[in-house]
Amino acid sequence: MSTRVPLPYTPRVLELFREPRNLGRIDDADAFAQAGSPACGDVISIYLRIRDGVIEDAKFESYGCAANIAAASVLTEIVKGKRLEEAWNIDWQQIADELGGLPPVKKHCSILAVGALRRAIRRYFGDNLPEWLPKDLTSVERQALEEEEMIERIYGKLRR
Amino acid sequence: MSVRDLLKVHGRPSKEVYLDNENSGWVPREVVEAMIPYFNVIGYGHPSITNKPGWEAFELIDEASELIARTLGADKEDINFVHSGTEANNLAILGTAKKSRKRKIIVSDIEHYSVLMPALSLQEQGFKVIRAPVDERGFVLSDVLSELVDSETFLVSIQTVNHEIGTIQRIKELSEIVKDKNPNVIFHTDACDAYMRIPIDLSKLDVDLLTISSHKILGPKGAAALYVRDEVEIEPIIKGALSSQTLWPGVENVPAIAGFKRAIELSLEDFDGRIRKLSSLRDFLMDSILDSVPDSILNGPRGDERVSDNVNISFLHVEGEALTVELSMRGVYVSSGSACTSRILEPSHVMLAIGRKHEEAHGSILFKLTRYHEMEDMRFVVDNVKEAVGRLRSISPLGR
Repeated sequence: MSTRVPLPYTPRVLELFREPRNLGRIDDADAFAQAGSPACGDVISIYLRIRDGVIEDAKFESYGCAANIAAASVLTEIVKGKRLEEAWNIDWQQIADELGGLPPVKKHCSILAVGALRRAIRRYFGDNLPEWLPKDLTSVERQALEEEEMIERIYGKLRR
Repeated sequence: MSVRDLLKVHGRPSKEVYLDNENSGWVPREVVEAMIPYFNVIGYGHPSITNKPGWEAFELIDEASELIARTLGADKEDINFVHSGTEANNLAILGTAKKSRKRKIIVSDIEHYSVLMPALSLQEQGFKVIRAPVDERGFVLSDVLSELVDSETFLVSIQTVNHEIGTIQRIKELSEIVKDKNPNVIFHTDACDAYMRIPIDLSKLDVDLLTISSHKILGPKGAAALYVRDEVEIEPIIKGALSSQTLWPGVENVPAIAGFKRAIELSLEDFDGRIRKLSSLRDFLMDSILDSVPDSILNGPRGDERVSDNVNISFLHVEGEALTVELSMRGVYVSSGSACTSRILEPSHVMLAIGRKHEEAHGSILFKLTRYHEMEDMRFVVDNVKEAVGRLRSISPLGR
C-alpha cells in the first residue's frame, strides 16, 4: 500500500505557471464564461473569438493555484483552431495528461477549465443548441457548478 | 514525474530568504556542530544501557532536561523528551484521556492540528470535545471559556502563542479562570511558538502540561519535550522497550537533543536584544507590505500582543498557494493558509475562526522571521511580494 501523498505539481505545471500562454481577456469576445468561486479559491474565465464555427482565439484569466493557471493555459492552447464541436469534446483527463498528470487533489483544476469552456460554448448558442450539444448539463459542467454550490452552502453555514 | 525535474524548472534564485520557519526550521551552523559528536564520538549509546557511551547519552539528556527546566521554572524530572511537537501534544491529550474517567475536553478554536486532531479523534470513544471561540485577533473569549468548564471537564488545551497569527494568549489569566471553575482540570498549553520568545515561568502559572519543540527555536527536527507536572495522571501512548523515561519508550534521539540544547543556549544569549531585533524586523516587514500592497490585511494582533517573529497578511484577489510558488521562484520561501496547500482543500481553520472570509483565508501568507535575518532581507521580501502579488492580480479576473 502506498501511503505517500503525491507532489501537487509536475515540471510542466511549473513551466506553464511561470509562462502561461493566452493570458488575458478578449474585449469583444464572442463567448465568455466563468467557472469556480472566490470562496473555494478557484476561478477560471474563458474568452473565445469564434469565426464560422471555429475558435479563432482563446484567452483566459485565473484566480487559483499554479495547476489552475497551467490547466487554463493548456486548454486555451488546445482549442485554438478547433471547431466548436471538437472543442466541446475535449476531456478533462486530456488536460491533466498534457500537464504530466495531476494528483487527485488537483484534478478539479482541469475539470474547472473544461467546465468553463463548455459553459462558454453553451452560452454562445443560447437557445439554439446544435444537435451535438446535449440539452442537459454534462457532468463536467455540473461538477464545476456543484463546486460553487457546495462552497455557497459551506460558506452560508459558516456565516450564520 | 520527478522532483528533480521540478526543481530544475524552478531553478536556484540568486538570493534566498527562508521565512517558512513555522513549518520547518532552518538550523544554524553552531547547532549542527553541537550535534555532530553525538553520532559517533560521544554519547552515541543507549541512555538506559550500562556502558560508557550510554551513560554519556544519559548525561546529555540530563543536562538538556536541567536547562529546559531552568528556562521554564520547572523541575528537571518533569521534562519528557519525545520526537516532535506533534508527538508531545498527542501524548498530552491522549495520555491524559487514557487515565481519566471524565469525558469532556475543551480546546481553543485555533489550536494546532496536533492538538485538534487527537482531541477530535477521542470523540469516537465517547468523549465530548468543545472548541472555545476566539475574537477577531485570536484571543480566547475568557467569559465563554469560564462557562464551558464544568465538573465533567478533565482537560483544557490552549496554545500560549498561535502558530499562524502570533496571538500571545493570556495564559495565566485563562488557566486561573479554568482552575477557579474546576481545580481538578488538567491545563495543557502548546508553547512551541512561545518558547524562547516570551518568558514562561511555570512556578507562577497554573499549567500542568506544556509542549516545546526543537525545530521551532532553530534546533533540529526530531526533538521536543512535554513538561508534566508531578501529580498529573498520564500514560504513555506508544508501547515499547525500556527507556530512560517512563512516559516514552524507545531510544531517545540524542544528537537532536544535543542540537535542541544548543539552540536554547543560543536563544538565551542576549534574549531581550534578540526579541527587540525580531520585533523591529517584524514591524518593518508588516508595515512596508501593508503600506505598499493595496488590499492587503493583517491577520492577528499588533505590538506586544503579537509574538516577535510572526507576520501574517492576506492579499485579496490572489490565491495563496500560487503566491507561495511565485515567491519561491523569486527566492522567498513562505507558506499559506489557502485551501490548496492544505491537501484537504479547506482553508486554515485559524483564519476562519478569527472571522476571515474564505477568499481572505485563501490569500493569506505566513512569514516567520529569525534573528539571523537582516533589514536587507526584509526589503528583498517586500519588493518581491509587491511584484508577485502584482503579477498574480494581473492574471486574476477578480477585484476589478
